[in-house]
Amino acid sequence: MRKKITLGDLASILENYDIVELEDVKIKGDVEIELSQSGAIPPSLIQVLQTMLNVVDKQIESTLSTRESLIQVLQPVQYVEEQKVAVFEDTKFEVAKAAWTGKIEEVTLGATTSDGGTRESTVTIGGEKSLPFYNFDSQMPHPPVISVDCFDMPIPLAKAVRGFYDDVMEDPGEWAKKNVREFGADMVTIHLISTDPMIKDTSARDAAKTVEDVLQAVKVPIVIGGSGNPDKDPAVLEAAAEAAAGERCLIASANLNMDYERIAKAAQDNGHVILSWTQLDINAQKTLNRYLFKLGVPREDIVIDPTTAALGYGLDYAFTNIERMKIAALKGDTDLAFPISCGVTNAWGARESWMKDSPLAEDSDWGPAAYRGPLYEIITGLTLGIAGGDLFMMMHPEAAAAIKRVTQMLFGADTDGAKGENVGEWVTWEDNK
Amino acid sequence: MKLSSPMDAWKYLPGTNCKECGEKTCLAFASLLLERQKKLEDCTPLLEPKYAAKAKELAELLAPEIREVAIGVGARASKIGGEDIMHRHELTFYDRTSLAYDVWDTMSEQDLRERVKKITKWRKFYVGEFLTLDAIAVRSVSCEAETFAGCVKCVAEETDMPLILCSFDANVLEAGLKEVSDRNPLLYAADKTNWQAILELAKQYNVPVTLSSPDLDTLNSLATTFAAAGIADLVLDPWTYPTGKGLADTFSRFVRIRRAGIVDGNKGIAYPLMGVPMTAWMANDNQDALAASYWEAIIADTLILRYADILILHSIEPHSQITERTLVANIYTDPRRPVSVDPGLREVGSPTDSAPIFVTTNFALTYYTVESDLSSNKIDCYLMVVDSDGLGVEAAVAGGQLTADMIKDTVASYDAEKKVAHKTMVLPGLAARISGETEDATGWSVLVGPRDSGRIPGWMTDNWPPKTSS
Repeated sequence: MRKKITLGDLASILENYDIVELEDVKIKGDVEIELSQSGAIPPSLIQVLQTMLNVVDKQIESTLSTRESLIQVLQPVQYVEEQKVAVFEDTKFEVAKAAWTGKIEEVTLGATTSDGGTRESTVTIGGEKSLPFYNFDSQMPHPPVISVDCFDMPIPLAKAVRGFYDDVMEDPGEWAKKNVREFGADMVTIHLISTDPMIKDTSARDAAKTVEDVLQAVKVPIVIGGSGNPDKDPAVLEAAAEAAAGERCLIASANLNMDYERIAKAAQDNGHVILSWTQLDINAQKTLNRYLFKLGVPREDIVIDPTTAALGYGLDYAFTNIERMKIAALKGDTDLAFPISCGVTNAWGARESWMKDSPLAEDSDWGPAAYRGPLYEIITGLTLGIAGGDLFMMMHPEAAAAIKRVTQMLFGADTDGAKGENVGEWVTWEDNK
Repeated sequence: MKLSSPMDAWKYLPGTNCKECGEKTCLAFASLLLERQKKLEDCTPLLEPKYAAKAKELAELLAPEIREVAIGVGARASKIGGEDIMHRHELTFYDRTSLAYDVWDTMSEQDLRERVKKITKWRKFYVGEFLTLDAIAVRSVSCEAETFAGCVKCVAEETDMPLILCSFDANVLEAGLKEVSDRNPLLYAADKTNWQAILELAKQYNVPVTLSSPDLDTLNSLATTFAAAGIADLVLDPWTYPTGKGLADTFSRFVRIRRAGIVDGNKGIAYPLMGVPMTAWMANDNQDALAASYWEAIIADTLILRYADILILHSIEPHSQITERTLVANIYTDPRRPVSVDPGLREVGSPTDSAPIFVTTNFALTYYTVESDLSSNKIDCYLMVVDSDGLGVEAAVAGGQLTADMIKDTVASYDAEKKVAHKTMVLPGLAARISGETEDATGWSVLVGPRDSGRIPGWMTDNWPPKTSS
């Protein structure tokens, strides 16, 4: 039996004798060279073998093809390099901090007795010097705030929401109270929609009375919203602002296609903050804000609403619009450096949030609408929160709670005692739910 | 990419203005290359041997900052990574976040096949196309090579989707890999303890591989080590903690890794990122399945917005998939894409002269939604698309971009009166407030349709043809 030696054996033999070059070597019989995947081959050995092969080649012309294939195996210099990999390359991760020059205005909503109001709590939003939750650049000074909606009349609501408010829909004060007591709202928004001439055309005086009721019922800061009718809102919001004088409410809202001057003046005369609302248009937002500056509205009395579109129904525009505004502000554009309010309740306009089944036969099953609706509101809100939203106006209590929880966590207030040490084991996790 | 002006790219092109690419000049083509609207292969002359050196150089200059990694083969193969920007408005995000749903090797074969089928076939119509899911992650819960191999084999038989093989045991992983070595699966994962064995696997089978560590120095080192070994198709898993400070730190890691890759130009860590929202299911034993699926979607949302290129998810309930997949569609929509369609009078199906005319706006999303609701329900009709500056119905009515006069102009411009033998149009429910004015302006009778076009089929039963005609 012929003895076989491997290349490694040959290498160690040669190394033992400190041989770097072989001269006049003759090999007789079959030569079998095994190249194992692992184990480094010293370059010197490859040189040696190549020399040997050249000799073999000269003697046996007919094995040309053998020679070529062997050379191929022996030549890959790259192969030799790859073997160096066995070493773990210890390196450090490094990344620069973002250097922003701008700062978002800090705005406080609500006034306590010491400030001439009757609120028992206030909220402060804005003040950021970095993108939302980028605490590694600069700690976000205030976590986002949630205002839960109530209306001045019973309104049609998606089934998943209705159950929470059925018992309070006739009474805005009770509704507001429920939002705070049961659903933990930081603020309450009262929408004076019954004043719309197309709905009930209730008077500005009625609206003022509703606002008084809500201010009596709850002690958190409130947002006062009109009906969205550009002709009626100035009078309604003026009366509401007067009724709430000194409470530092957020008056929603002034926009370009109405008498914003009258609303801004009413807000200023009665110590409120104004919500400057535009429709997904960064230039319109700058324009309206400049008009407000011209009217003498102080910067700390402005919050902006660049418009919220629902998941699947323009959320991409709303996300990018808000993110652009935030970035422009952080880069120093003072026209846009204001806290941002998001009407997250708009998520319920998406048909997926309330419709029983897909209208399209080709779609996969949509599952229960009751599961989709709150999640549409959550995802719409969180998406805009990450873009730059500071204040969320919401409807579904569980969606509001979820947004509160996740934004608190991202903000850095560790309100959750959950264990995290086992997350590396998700591959072997067993679902027992 | 490393180029900032079209001239920089133009220098590498043939400069013959041959129009083979469909553009009038090489310079026009160069500017589209920079905007990622055209591919280098569209320049066929550049494929000639004499341009080989230039083509290679240009390809390198055009390569995205984040390495683009392909997973799977065939029609459903997906590319992940490939990004050049930090924020959507700077250009567009490019390779959408891949949504991978899990199966595991301790499932019964029947359950397994059913779950894989469901994930494979899932679809939802959205703005003119069907959304589908992207990948299946096969987890080895058993940690037994044979069991895992059997499971992978089953999965491969049921689906043509890309697969992610998940185990930290190289032997288990290899057993699965042998079943699908021709399907370019993604390996999960190499960490500080097993990296040598996994590296050999990735090299031997020439497949992409995930590197996993919550410690960014370790992750950077693993990536450097694998790259030095000639393995370029890497995916990084910086760990996803589902709650509390862990979640804030997870967010921070994703942002900082991507920033290092794109802003700082650190090639060593410029790879696609993997998020694992399914850790939401491990966060709290007391939460029910619905709560867990919500929290999973919340983490998915956070990471889709902040740079995850592939996500491992557990809930295959419709509410999860619809929201997660729609969000990806939204965020990865090219912001340069026109938001409006052309106004006009469109035929849906084969309308006769007694077919209804439905009015809508030219916001693309509105138009496609209404159009698909009508065609899917086989309603033969006309759809009158009014130029609302690309706004939806509600916003356009509020902002004065959808008015009685504009409807009147649209009726006249597209000869609506010649198409039908009646004079009745249907306004969207959200435009109810302008119905009276529209009757006055056009002289047509106006019906108010449902607030959502998904309800048109039911509305038709009760309201069309109109009971009395004026």
